[in-house]
Amino acid sequence: MASILLVVALVRRVFIYATTPAPLVIPTTPAPTTWVGVIGRMLREVVFFESLFKGNKWTWLFGWLFHFGMLIVLVEHLRYVSEPVWFWVASIKWLGLYGGIAMFVGLAGLWVRRLVVDRVRYISTPSDHMMLGLMVAIVGSGLLMVYVFPTDIVMVKSFMLGLLRFDWQPLPSDPQVVVHLALTLVLMIIFPFSKLLHAPGVFFSPTRNMRDNPRERRHITGWRSDANSDKQT
Amino acid sequence: MADPNFKTPKLTSIQDVPAVQPGAMDHSKPFVAKAEHQEALGFPGELVDNWKEVALDKMSDLLKTNRALPVFLDSCVKCGACTDKCHYYLGTGDPKNMPVARQDLLRSVYRRYFTVAGKVLPKLVGAKDLTEEVLEDWYKYYHQCSECRRCSVYCPYGIDTAEITMAGREILASVGVGQKYSNEIIGKVHKIGNNLGLPEPALANTLEGLEEEVKEDTGIDVKFPLDQAGADVLVIVPSADFFAEPHVDGLIGYAKVFHQSGISWTLSSYASEAANFGIFVGNYENMQKVAERIRTSAMELGVKRIVVGECGHAWRVAYSFWNTLIGPFDFLDSDFPVPQHVCEFTSELLRQNILRLDPESNDDKIVTFHDSCNVSRGSRMGNKPGGQFTIPRQLLRASCNHFVDMAPETTHEHTFCCGGGGGLLTDDLLELRVKGASPRMNSLQRVIEDEGVTHMAAICAICKSQFSKVLPFYGMGMEMIVSLHQLVGDALVFDNEH
Repeated sequence: MASILLVVALVRRVFIYATTPAPLVIPTTPAPTTWVGVIGRMLREVVFFESLFKGNKWTWLFGWLFHFGMLIVLVEHLRYVSEPVWFWVASIKWLGLYGGIAMFVGLAGLWVRRLVVDRVRYISTPSDHMMLGLMVAIVGSGLLMVYVFPTDIVMVKSFMLGLLRFDWQPLPSDPQVVVHLALTLVLMIIFPFSKLLHAPGVFFSPTRNMRDNPRERRHITGWRSDANSDKQT
Repeated sequence: MADPNFKTPKLTSIQDVPAVQPGAMDHSKPFVAKAEHQEALGFPGELVDNWKEVALDKMSDLLKTNRALPVFLDSCVKCGACTDKCHYYLGTGDPKNMPVARQDLLRSVYRRYFTVAGKVLPKLVGAKDLTEEVLEDWYKYYHQCSECRRCSVYCPYGIDTAEITMAGREILASVGVGQKYSNEIIGKVHKIGNNLGLPEPALANTLEGLEEEVKEDTGIDVKFPLDQAGADVLVIVPSADFFAEPHVDGLIGYAKVFHQSGISWTLSSYASEAANFGIFVGNYENMQKVAERIRTSAMELGVKRIVVGECGHAWRVAYSFWNTLIGPFDFLDSDFPVPQHVCEFTSELLRQNILRLDPESNDDKIVTFHDSCNVSRGSRMGNKPGGQFTIPRQLLRASCNHFVDMAPETTHEHTFCCGGGGGLLTDDLLELRVKGASPRMNSLQRVIEDEGVTHMAAICAICKSQFSKVLPFYGMGMEMIVSLHQLVGDALVFDNEH
């Protein structure tokens, strides 16, 4: 259910982003003039967080640790849904712990900044703190269930595989497992309705994904004809 | 120079980030447009009775017609990277001048009426009802943003507060509370053809005066042609270039360059304005209507090229938007980019050795360069990204033996706004303008102390006017600010080969 909601709501948002016109050419310049250049800029943005690096080194450091820890952990989690475990997933198993720790350190750093820096404290809403709390709880319970109070991982895996095959299998009743999975569900549900939309949003940001070529190529959108048709009241 | 109503920020050699001081600029707001100024632009004359409904409709409309808005309003994670980037925050400490907080004024209403989370749990996600108080805040703080895009450089999602400000201002104008300064000026362009409301006879007179002045100074018959059909190049300049100091020295510089190049050119009395305040109020239709005069004029005069003078936002509109708004330019010579910046034009002539500059003419000056925000972050010059930084500097180095840059974190794409851009160049916002200039004044002060800088060149009419006004507040002479083409014109060697 949560997965369906995540996918449907997310697809709807992305559809809105993709179909809303960008009436004018507004890349933040200097900007690439070709699509290849735009892809390069976007890759630097999502892989290295280029703009954030220019903006604030601490936020960059913690943000990057968190996101790349998460990437490692997500890949590592594929072993719960693949059987036999894909080779490339198995080969990074040893990285999982470091990924989890990186996430934890990143989150902690971001949260401290949010509490300590007066400017960031001013712009924070309760949901910003809750989101951090939620992620910390998910990461914490995950680390606990594997590295501190090991649960029956084999049983977790057969539960996950069962889910994929719509064949309900028993789940270990350890609290850390239940918390971990329940909170992950919560996260999936709020994803498309919250600031987590930054993940798809970045790809649709006109200041980053437009080419700087307005003189060479006339940029027109369907909307322009509306503008011409004197719709002012 | 001092104003009894506020304190000019102290100059510091390192840019401080002030502590959050809620409400520090809560009193700052520009005069509201009168009914006649609103109606001339197609907006209601005063606050409409059902303003809330109209505002939300307008917002819904904008969300559907400008992708930047839904993406920017959804994506912000409140990371804080932008919080110390706005010159108005740095100069005032008012937290609503932090870009993210400025966006949040609109975002909180967006969340309340257009998102599930804000409808169900408004408190949790910072969603707010649209009240008169909120409207008031929009009016105040969307007129404390110069749409300079500095924040967008540092945002991991490229969120451009300028787009949010434009949307905010458009909604305000749509419910009947537009800003007097910008709307009155747009009205003048619609009616007369330039921001100053300068009619054709006055313009012709002014240009004649300039010809005499240059003749007196140099002994050369430099012409300032007006409405000359069949000229090769239509030159579109900000109307301040016709009479304001130091702008007019820039215009004299362009005229000298054209004279020496032998390329025929003309100004237009119908399209006697490069500025386009339509961008400031965020209104596509008005921006298009203002730009349209230039297309019409170029066709009527039968020119082959269009060159735009020194003006920041005008260059952004011309370079980035003209082709969309008033293109295609298939009636012009396709061998040249349309439009061309006057710096590109001069630089090309230098490259071809058609012009000769003698930098010794400016040996009495040590010059630095203020990158204008709209040129730096909203446009380009030349055929490579970053040409908007290298080409003006190339011209300055060719014109002056003593050129130094200000600190790298305050130039190029990191440049600070002069404090008067985006439709804020009005005396009812003087405190904001003086305080907003402080980051630029700090970096200028540093090169004055370290390098003995005597002059700062700019390529924007607003920057020039703003600096002339605020430099004295910081104990600097207003004559420090010069037009780039003044320096070029002064260094230009006249010979008789052409």
